Amino acid sequence: MSEEFTGAQSLVKSLEHAGVDVMFGIPGGAILPAYDPIFDSKIRHILVRHEQGAGHAATGYAQATGRVGVCIATSGPGATNLVTPLADAQMDSVPIVAITGQVASAAIGTDAFQEADIRGITMPVTKHNFLVTDAKDIARAIAEAFHIAETGRPGAVLVDIAKDALQNKSTFDYPSNIKLAGYNPVLNPTAQALRDAAVLITESSSPVLYVGGGVIKSNSYKELMELAELTGAPVVTTLMALGSFPDSHPQHLGMPGMHGTVAAVTALQKADLLITLGARFDDRVTGKLSTFAPNAKIIHADIDPAEIGKNRSVDVALLGDLKNSMKGLIPELKAAYKKTKPDLTGWWKTVNQWRAQYPLGFDEPTDGSLSPQYVIQRLGQIAGPDAIYVAGVGQHQMWASQFVNYEKPRTWLNSGGLGTMGYAVPAAMGAKVGAPDKVVWAIDGDGCFQMTNQELVTCALNNIPIKVAIINNESLGMVRQWQTLFYNERYSNTELHSKRIPDFAKLGEAMGCVGLRAERKEDVDRVINEAMAINDRPVVVDFSVHRDAMVWPMVAAGASNDLITVAHSMAPVWDSQEL
Amino acid sequence: MSQNHTLSVLVENSPGVLARIASLFSRRGYNIDSLAVGPTENPDISRMTIVIDVEGHALEQVIAQLDKLINVISITELDPVTSVQRELLLVKVATTAENRSQVLETVQLFRAKVVDVAQDAVTIEATGNAEKIQALLRVLEPYGIKELVQSGLVAMERGLRLTQKFN
Repeated sequence: MSEEFTGAQSLVKSLEHAGVDVMFGIPGGAILPAYDPIFDSKIRHILVRHEQGAGHAATGYAQATGRVGVCIATSGPGATNLVTPLADAQMDSVPIVAITGQVASAAIGTDAFQEADIRGITMPVTKHNFLVTDAKDIARAIAEAFHIAETGRPGAVLVDIAKDALQNKSTFDYPSNIKLAGYNPVLNPTAQALRDAAVLITESSSPVLYVGGGVIKSNSYKELMELAELTGAPVVTTLMALGSFPDSHPQHLGMPGMHGTVAAVTALQKADLLITLGARFDDRVTGKLSTFAPNAKIIHADIDPAEIGKNRSVDVALLGDLKNSMKGLIPELKAAYKKTKPDLTGWWKTVNQWRAQYPLGFDEPTDGSLSPQYVIQRLGQIAGPDAIYVAGVGQHQMWASQFVNYEKPRTWLNSGGLGTMGYAVPAAMGAKVGAPDKVVWAIDGDGCFQMTNQELVTCALNNIPIKVAIINNESLGMVRQWQTLFYNERYSNTELHSKRIPDFAKLGEAMGCVGLRAERKEDVDRVINEAMAINDRPVVVDFSVHRDAMVWPMVAAGASNDLITVAHSMAPVWDSQEL
Repeated sequence: MSQNHTLSVLVENSPGVLARIASLFSRRGYNIDSLAVGPTENPDISRMTIVIDVEGHALEQVIAQLDKLINVISITELDPVTSVQRELLLVKVATTAENRSQVLETVQLFRAKVVDVAQDAVTIEATGNAEKIQALLRVLEPYGIKELVQSGLVAMERGLRLTQKFN
């Protein structure tokens, strides 16, 4: 008779089989049986201070490494604290697996102590989830969870395990081959679709490569570079795609969308063809959908059939793994170009005019205070293209997307879809754990930082020396910007007073970090360099910045991208015939 | 143009599947007209017949989103012309000694049957497509419908063709 193991042992063995090297979590009653074998496992368990931190850390780890991130929590409140990071990871297609303890199976449904129906709660915010009530089912559930999380369009998977399933014994059998009747992602586009796409490209005189986060998920940067250079078309990379195509590349126009560059936004608007690669026509990119890229035909390459035609109807769908789609398209296109290759000179002339006329920029504050954009720009220049930058959500996130140059994939991490304030510190922690040799900078806002900064304690105690730049404008800056623009400067509940309370440098010190502060332009380089020199502890730098700085350009929510403004009440001046 | 569509959906017979589908429809704002769930010839698999009221383009989205659910094995849209579609109706109609025979005649005309008779009411069972059921109810209405219960629609391809094959 084969050897028997407790469900808890099976769980840990399964995680080892799945190749997990680290997980982030907090124990509690229902998950406690699992923590006993975790004690002996070679898997590193990082004890966080809040389950939300565990979830975002798993996400940061996954985004930095491309591997599945793992977090673990107990039942009830432990599990519900994971809801935000699960929703966050699912929205941004990040592969994470969350393990939660559940009350004993006999108590399920009785409103037992620390009981929450986490499977029911997380159904709409996960790719899939499981409730396991029998020890013998644990290995299969874990194997399926990892398979689902990392294949197809990646996403968040939760495995909820009843306490008695963790305690009972069964044999252990980790399935080596997962086959799910209802889950068969299409990996290769049809030959006909590839031919049709190539034809559309050869017929286009003003194409744009609209590049989304799928390029990073599918690790297809080389293919993107080859396709971009083969077509010679302008490239725009969305917030989720920054770094997938070097910012310094001459074909790169920057980021499209609400706070995108004029050139990127306008190129999409005026294009006759969008070659859409792993992007999803999100409202932050399209603006008012009915006026988005009105003259463009659409090639849409994506692995998720439900994205095809969801927001914008397409002319050619390349359904499959993006890497395969681009690998298939390149030879088709080369063959098609032998017959005819469009001349993009005129298109580039127009695009370059937009680029020259409306470069990204910012004004220094007139009162001598520190410009947030300057701080972020210098940070990017000093830390360089090999560092990983992890942003929170808001103005600082947009400035970090605009004023840091991203040359390499997986160096820009942020919460794009869900827009989760508080993402930066724990995600940076996860990224640093996954890529310990890289410099990891969290670029955070003073509002965001106050949501999840407790994970700096985790970093300090576990030798995870991240660096945090707090762009402190003592307000919920992006919300304040909207109040400035759309609510007659009535600043209802956006003042945080965080130049007074808390003292971020001291708070950092109290959590075992080095605390630094910069208030003037001449402090900036010195303080960044000082932070860069510290590698044995986390560093928190409080950059006290001008509070009225705004993010430009901007397309107001729900407005047409044609109405982009480059500064307060300033629309670009177009050639009359262009519009 | 908005229109009713009948989807035959094979799903794994596992806990929570109905909740997943209901949650998906609710979250994405799709309207379910009717839903019927039952076993198939394979005990591991259930069949749902879902009638939804959507436009053509939205239908593709509904099918694509449904198909993303891991427990959903396959989805087929059934054409009313090439499929048999049935609903089950139980209706309790008030009757008197005078009009009972008229009601019974109606039952015969519709090839329905009486499954319970009381002093002042009869309970009628009828199966048919939605139009037939509606027509029957219209005729019975003047007598006084005391209570009715109706199943969701179930449907299957006509002829030898299988609606869906199991793996």
